Amino acid sequence: MENAVDLRLVEEPKKTLAMNPKKFGMWLFLATVMMLFMSITSAYIVRQAEGNWVYFELPPSFYITSFIIVVSSITMHWAYRASKRDDLAKAKLYISITSVLGLAFLVGQFIGWVELVQANVYLVGNPSGSFLYIITGLHALHLISAVVFLLIMLVAVFQGKVSAHNMTKMEMCTTYWHFLGALWLYLFVFLILYR
Amino acid sequence: MENHSHEEHGHEHHGNFWTTYIFSEDHKVIAKQFLITGMIWALIGGTLSVIFRLQLGFPNANLSWLKPLLGGWITAEGKIDPEFYLALVTMHGTIMVFFVLTAGLSGTFSNFLIPLQVGARDMASGFMNMLSYWFFFASSCVMFTSLFISTGPAAGGWVIYPPLSALPQAISGSGLGMTLWLVSMALFIISSLLGSINYITTVINLRTVGMSFTKLPLTIWAFFFTAIIGILSFPVLFAAALLLIFDRSFGTSFYLSDIYIGGEALPNEGGSPILFQHLFWFLGHPEVYIVLLPALGITSEIISTNSRKPIFGYKAMVGSMLFIAVLSFVVWAHHMFVTGMNPFLGSIFTLLTLIIAVPSAVKIFNYVTTIWRGNLRFTPAMLFSIGLVSFFLTGGITGLFVGNSAVDIQLHDTYFIVAHFHLVMGAASFFGMVAGVYHWFPKMFGRMMNDKLGYIHFWISFIGIYMVFFPMHYIGIAGFPRRYYTWTNFETFGGFTDLNMVVSVSAIISVGAQFIFLFNFIYSIFRGKLAPANPWQSNTLEWTTPRHPQHGNWPGEIPTVYRWPYDYSKPGAKEDYIPQHIPFSETPESNLPHESELIKLEGMDNTIRVEEKKHH
Repeated sequence: MENAVDLRLVEEPKKTLAMNPKKFGMWLFLATVMMLFMSITSAYIVRQAEGNWVYFELPPSFYITSFIIVVSSITMHWAYRASKRDDLAKAKLYISITSVLGLAFLVGQFIGWVELVQANVYLVGNPSGSFLYIITGLHALHLISAVVFLLIMLVAVFQGKVSAHNMTKMEMCTTYWHFLGALWLYLFVFLILYR
Repeated sequence: MENHSHEEHGHEHHGNFWTTYIFSEDHKVIAKQFLITGMIWALIGGTLSVIFRLQLGFPNANLSWLKPLLGGWITAEGKIDPEFYLALVTMHGTIMVFFVLTAGLSGTFSNFLIPLQVGARDMASGFMNMLSYWFFFASSCVMFTSLFISTGPAAGGWVIYPPLSALPQAISGSGLGMTLWLVSMALFIISSLLGSINYITTVINLRTVGMSFTKLPLTIWAFFFTAIIGILSFPVLFAAALLLIFDRSFGTSFYLSDIYIGGEALPNEGGSPILFQHLFWFLGHPEVYIVLLPALGITSEIISTNSRKPIFGYKAMVGSMLFIAVLSFVVWAHHMFVTGMNPFLGSIFTLLTLIIAVPSAVKIFNYVTTIWRGNLRFTPAMLFSIGLVSFFLTGGITGLFVGNSAVDIQLHDTYFIVAHFHLVMGAASFFGMVAGVYHWFPKMFGRMMNDKLGYIHFWISFIGIYMVFFPMHYIGIAGFPRRYYTWTNFETFGGFTDLNMVVSVSAIISVGAQFIFLFNFIYSIFRGKLAPANPWQSNTLEWTTPRHPQHGNWPGEIPTVYRWPYDYSKPGAKEDYIPQHIPFSETPESNLPHESELIKLEGMDNTIRVEEKKHH
């Protein structure tokens, strides 16, 4: 045992980077997603500054979905912590709740679009509305991919493939989920501030 | 690190033909796939340029002999169809910038050299790497198909500015051809991002023992920065293309407003075409450095090796590349000086643009000082690298003119711009790519390329390219606009007939010279002289692999790295090069005092590895 401790001390200086390559790749992917949304929101600001911009009200259901996505991030984190402690029962519960909340978010976003149409904001028309649909649509597309990832992890958790020793994918899923949640909050606040 | 090598050790690739050569996950095979696809694209792109140079150089010639190749695109009078001419320049630009100098250059050398030079068994994710190539292949197929459709390929310029590119009524190429262009580019962006994620991850996570960032060859630094720029800029092009797709196919008005076609107003209201230019050039300018930086990295390595001297100012080289990478994101509006931009904003972008001259000059200075008083070996790779430095300098100097918002009013969209970017980014990067092929051919195929043919190839290309682009400066300053199908109606330009003819003839000769290279390449793969283990007496790790490295690159353990890659002609050393994996304890005669200190650490390193092995 003492030998092992010694070893770790000596080993320290020559480690290149502790992060798992897959997780690192994941972060790079998140950077690309971030750049995509940064460019569209920048385009939004530039376009808005040119005038001829139709003001719109954000649909009420977006407020609800924003709440849902925050809660789902919390439950996702609980699922992550539970599986890290090998507490399978809780992990199953929380990841199931997260998946349901994720689907609820998507449904809520769709209802939001329906409300937008009722408020006469269309994809085709003044760019303000077009931007709104593109931004929410692109985010929803990414969220669908995250839900698919989540469902894969859900199956993995129920099959007992996730444990404290096998957390890489679970960590990646959690990161992606938190990222998309935070991204939505950014977009939501952005849309409230710049209408 | 060690853990990784243990997992992979002894796991040689014994697949069938399909898994070994076609759907391979091995970085070396993928690199060759990128190289060969890139070379095919270069031939297509070069041929297109010859066709439109015929029109520009010989405006009165009868081109009906091209009918077998171009069919209906040659009019009854034996002229190139004007819309097809626009398609030719568009596709030439698209193919050369993206398919040859991005995928062909980065795809080939990042894939080939990163694992070999940092000491990794393969890329971080072989599967993603394979996907990257096949997305590129799919993208190539779509773009290739678009050349043959009846309405012609995209014709709105490689920058695809709306409204021209958004409205099929504007030009026939903006119909199906543009749709295919956008689909192809979407696939291309995915390919490029998958590649970049892999390159960065591999450089950061999979370096061998001892390969610290300060011991990385400059090639790897260049590929690393290139990949970072790609990750940050390609999503922006994706966003621009996405909005354009919605404008074209779903009736939105992001870029369109107040357009009348044939007296009829289009329903689109409230869009801004300038918005597209902002988004496009936010990718477009970094893209210039995506194209150029790998070539500069390759050149650093080749010039140092063939000058038998350490690269001058290693840290300055890395620093200037980093500085260029950062600046590349804040200069995009210098492409848009004449869009009615606020003049104050114009001066800011002028200032930022001119600052790029500083790191660029540092690089040129360092190349020259590396060559200065070296024991030069003029291999074809070395000649092409020197050629790159020359093009980078002549093309870069004109950058000072066009980067100035006031001077640019005269020069914008003239042949001066064409000459500028073809020299500084087109020809320079192309030379970097060719230099890389000559230099690493022995590692890729285990044989040497023919030097004599290499020299002929170099001199014809070098002189030819200058003959093409030097006269263009004069034509451009006179105000000759680019992309014009014909200029014979303008009396002012009548005096340039001869010069245009010279340009066209030189272009045809330069493109023709590439067939010498092609022959040399194919012939040497099968019949070239067998390559020795380290033909250029180079220091980097790829030359420690066997002549034909198998999957996993090193048959035994991955070598440990002890020194930087540029220990050439070290005073006191037995030979004029000391590879990176030679420990300081083996070279007491040439060690500097602080290097002798490091010998103690070398011993420690070994014990650690032994202990670790016991552990796993």
